[in-house]
Amino acid sequence: MTGQIVTANRLTDGAVVFRTGAGGWSTRVTDAALLDAGAAAAALEVAQADASRQIVVGPYLANAAAGPDGPVPVEFRERIRARGPTVGLPGAIQD
Amino acid sequence: MYRYDEFDRAFLAERTAQFRDQVARRLAGDLSEDEFKPLRLMNGLYLQLHAYMLRIAVPYGTLSSVQMRRLADVAERWDRGYGHFTTRQNIQLNWIRLEDAPDIMAALAEVEMHGIQTSGNCIRNVTADQYAGVAADEIEDPRIWAEILRQWSTNHPEFSFLPRKFKIAVTGAEFDRAAIRVHDIGLRMRRDPGGAAGFEVVVGGGLGRTPLVGRTIRDFLPKDDLLGYLEAVMRVYNALGRRDNLYKSRIKILVHDVGAEEMGRLVDAEFRAIQADGGVALDPDLVRRIQDHFAPPAYASAPADPDAVRALERADPAFARWVATNTAAHREPGHAIVNLSLKPHGRPPGDATAAEMRAVADMAERWSLGEIRVAHEQNLVLPHVRRADLPAVWRAAQEIGFATPNIGLLTDIIACPGLDYCALATARSIPVAERLADRFRDLDRLHAIGPFRINISGCINACGHHHVGHVGLLGVDKNGEEFYQITLGGNSDNDTAIGRIVGPAVSSAEVVDAIERLVETYVAIREEGETFLETCRRVGNGPFKESIYAAA
Repeated sequence: MTGQIVTANRLTDGAVVFRTGAGGWSTRVTDAALLDAGAAAAALEVAQADASRQIVVGPYLANAAAGPDGPVPVEFRERIRARGPTVGLPGAIQD
Repeated sequence: MYRYDEFDRAFLAERTAQFRDQVARRLAGDLSEDEFKPLRLMNGLYLQLHAYMLRIAVPYGTLSSVQMRRLADVAERWDRGYGHFTTRQNIQLNWIRLEDAPDIMAALAEVEMHGIQTSGNCIRNVTADQYAGVAADEIEDPRIWAEILRQWSTNHPEFSFLPRKFKIAVTGAEFDRAAIRVHDIGLRMRRDPGGAAGFEVVVGGGLGRTPLVGRTIRDFLPKDDLLGYLEAVMRVYNALGRRDNLYKSRIKILVHDVGAEEMGRLVDAEFRAIQADGGVALDPDLVRRIQDHFAPPAYASAPADPDAVRALERADPAFARWVATNTAAHREPGHAIVNLSLKPHGRPPGDATAAEMRAVADMAERWSLGEIRVAHEQNLVLPHVRRADLPAVWRAAQEIGFATPNIGLLTDIIACPGLDYCALATARSIPVAERLADRFRDLDRLHAIGPFRINISGCINACGHHHVGHVGLLGVDKNGEEFYQITLGGNSDNDTAIGRIVGPAVSSAEVVDAIERLVETYVAIREEGETFLETCRRVGNGPFKESIYAAA
């Protein structure tokens, strides 16, 4: 199934977060609730209320597909956002 | 180096306290994101793809070892242990927590650093030749004037809400290492026939969506007129710059629309009005104090050509190669300028870990009078090294992997953070830079190719200066896949030029092979002693276009 997930950045530390089925926020995209169009619009409204309550910043909808472990973002940018930089951190790279 | 006076300290303390209060109010819900965003941006705090990013100003690219050590401490304590030096000579920390930001600002303020004017529609951190004050081809240290401009522009009410951001670069040297012709204002020191030093004033350069080379509107401006004249430029821009269209709001569009001559006339008229009104007086005591801060250090006498260095150059070709590529002529006999390459093959261009920053601080203290420079090419510079110390500096640089002899060569790649970090990016930059560096890691081959600059930007905003790379790569998104548009023949020094687009963008999978074929074509067709840029200008894009698309 393809659908949409609600994502944002957490206010306190900027971390990328995803809205879960239970109405909370998780840093793991696999915890995100995969929603159809109607449910997504409603979830975004609730997420915007969370933005007004200093929980998250800038919530929006991203396209995602169902994967074996949970939703997988469709767009390349969203996959990088969900997973982190595709390059190693400098201290960790072996030359 | 410049040290803060009472006014600087009081201003920064006040701003730090204000920022602490603003963050507290945001976290408590007294400020909405819409209200808070311009306030955090005024302090260099962005919200990027994965976290908040703090851009810390390095005024005119000059850092003390104490400041470098503090950057390492901040990166380690409040970030993930590394930072990214940028084409604006700043440093960015990628993993900042909003909750920590006030403490970070306070820690930076203790060493006279901050993120003010690294964002927003104001006059940004003034950049300068990274060899300022030590270059053999320099008229005067341009940092004296960069510092005067910093003080003049800091919190200037008239220039805090410009149509768009505004970037000034300054050089005192004959050879332009500061890319002054691609800045909103570029200043180049020169002498009038009587021998007095002044400035050539260039306006309206810039990259981004509409790349334009700046135009000279004044061949020679006496130094004392600098602030009044620049104030006139800013006033003309503030009055006539477009605020109705974000993409047409930079001064380059104004200069392009009215023409350089008319721009010069408008600025002259405004300048005369400012002068008639008493002018922008420079307090001679203040200028003298600033000059004193940048007085050449008392160098101990040093042998011009130490035997030990000469012997090692003969005995160890790797050292000889490093000296030839990574050091530059110093104005003081017996000294050299040392470039530390932040482009070790296989690492993100411009990144340094906290441990590496500390090692560089140690090196600066031991061998460079405690001073470090940041180059807009995203390398670090030790400006005051005795030639006799070159072997020791080379070994210390090797220990941290900053001795790759590639300054000005193909793997000395400029790259923006790209889609790995940046919320504006459309494609990644760093992985392409890493793959190119890997392909050309053979040093004999690298040196046989000769001077070669590849610049990579992950979006049209051109933080990676792709238009002025000899080869420029612009990452674009084509139906969800990364492609790279290639430009050829760009240049950012004395004969600044915007590269020409060679043809359709190539896929990420193809781009490294395409560049390699292009390089091989150059090596095959170049005339004796001809650099890539010269060949490119002689033959045009044609032969390279053929090789780039050969396998497509």
